[in-house]
Amino acid sequence: METSVEHIREVVFDVLRASPNPPAALSDATSIVTDLGLDSVAVMDFVMEIEDRLDITVPLDKIAEIESLGDLVNTLSTLKVAA
Amino acid sequence: MALFDKFTPLRAAYERHESAGDNPFSVVFDRVLSPTEALIGNREILLLGTNNYLGLTYDKAVVASAVEALQALGSGTTGSRIANGSYQGHRELERALADFYGRRHAMVFSTGYQANLGILSAIAGKHDHLLLDADCHASIYDGARLGYAQVTRFRHNDPDDLRARLRRLADAPGDKIVVVEGIYSMLGDTAPLAAFAAVKREFGAYLVVDEAHSLGVLGASGRGLAEAAGVEAECDFIVGTFSKSLGGVGGFCVSDMEGFDILRVVSRPYMFTASPPPAVIAATLEALHQLRARPALRQRLADNARRLYNGLAGRGFTLGPEPNPVVSAIMPGPEVAFAFWSRLLAAGLYTNVSLPPATPRGLALLRSSVSAAHTPEQIDRALDMFAAVGRELGLIAPERARAAG
Repeated sequence: METSVEHIREVVFDVLRASPNPPAALSDATSIVTDLGLDSVAVMDFVMEIEDRLDITVPLDKIAEIESLGDLVNTLSTLKVAA
Repeated sequence: MALFDKFTPLRAAYERHESAGDNPFSVVFDRVLSPTEALIGNREILLLGTNNYLGLTYDKAVVASAVEALQALGSGTTGSRIANGSYQGHRELERALADFYGRRHAMVFSTGYQANLGILSAIAGKHDHLLLDADCHASIYDGARLGYAQVTRFRHNDPDDLRARLRRLADAPGDKIVVVEGIYSMLGDTAPLAAFAAVKREFGAYLVVDEAHSLGVLGASGRGLAEAAGVEAECDFIVGTFSKSLGGVGGFCVSDMEGFDILRVVSRPYMFTASPPPAVIAATLEALHQLRARPALRQRLADNARRLYNGLAGRGFTLGPEPNPVVSAIMPGPEVAFAFWSRLLAAGLYTNVSLPPATPRGLALLRSSVSAAHTPEQIDRALDMFAAVGRELGLIAPERARAAG
C-alpha cells in the first residue's frame, strides 16, 4: 500500500471532506480543535476512520500530541512506515 | 494571558445557562426525601435521574448497618489500606463480593472511578495493549492514560472491528486487554458480550467488563451482563461500583487471576488514597445482601424500565436501542436538551442532560434512570410531564396522536 506523505494527506483530507459538515479549506496548518471544531471524542472518531483507511494503529497518546492536520499527517506517515 | 483564559468559551456557555436558570450542572436538592423524591425550595421533585437502581439508599437494614458501624468504628479510616491498615469490614466486603461472583479474589476501591483507574493502569504494562470500546466511560479512558500501555479504540459494540484491530496488533509484543461495559451509561445499550468473548478467545486476549450500570440489574442473580450472557468464565476481570445499585460509594474488581493480590501494592489509585469509611462499607455489605436476598427488586426495576421506555417510545420520542434502566431521549441539539430539562424540572421532574463529548456520536441526550423504588404511578406521572413538554417544544405530535395510538 502507498505510504507517501502526499497519499496520507489526501486520505486525511478525504475523510474530512466526507464528513457531514465538510470544512471550507484544508491545509497542513488547519488546527483540529480551533478550525475544525472537533471535541476530544470527535477527534478520536476521526482518527479511527483514518486508521481503517490506512490499516494502521494510532495509539491514543499519539493523538493527544497532535494539534494541526500537518502534525497528524506526520504522525501517520511515521506509523505507516514503521508498520 | 491569564490562567483561566483557556476556559473562556466554556465559561460563557456555563454562565449563559446559569443566568437563564437552566443549568443542570449546578442543581442543589435542598432535601432528599426518598430514593424517588426531593425538595428544591418547597417544591417536591420526582427524581428520575439518580442511578439509584434498586432504591436501597433508604433501606432500613442498610441505614441501620451504617449507623451501627459509624457509632462503633468512627467516621473515617483516615488513611490508605497499604500505609495505614485495613479494617475488618474491608476484608469482609471483599469476601462477600468474591462469594457473590464466585471468584477467588476481590479488591475494594474508594470510588468506582478509581476502580477503573486502579485496575487498568496496573494490569496493562508498558508493552501491553489496551483496546477500549469507543463508548467506554471516562474513567476507563483515564485509567488507560494513567498507565503506560498503548491504547487503541474500537468501534462501539462491534466485535468485527475489535477483531480487525487485534489482527493489526497481532505481531506487536505484549498482552492485549479488551475493555467493554455491561450497560453503557449514556444510551442504556448492552455489549454483545458473547461475541466479544469469542474474539478475545480467538486472539488469546484478556477481557475486562465494567458492570457499573448492570450490577443488580442484569443476570439471574444480578451479577450483570456477563451472567446474563453466560460468559462469566471468559471475563477475566469484572469491575463495578457501589454507588448505583448498592446505594453507597466505592468500587471493586473481582477476578480468578492467579496472583491478583499483588495489585494491592502496584495500583496507585488503591494505594495512595484513603480507604472507604466504616459506615459506607457496612451499608454496602448490607446492600449487597439485600440485592442477593430480594430478586423481586430486580423484577420491579425491569418492569419500571420497560414502562418508561415503552411509554416514551409510544409517545413518539427517539430513544436508545434497548429498554434498560438508563432511558435516554435523543434531543435535536444541546439547546433543546437544556430547554426540555429545565421545563421538566419546573414541572417537578428531575432528569439529566448529557452532552458531547460525554455522549457518543455528538448526541445531546435527556437521560433518565429508573429505580425499583418508583411506583408505576410515578412513572406514568413522569411520562405525562415528558409528553407535555415534548408537545410544547414540538418534538412529538400533538395530543390527538396519542389518543389514537
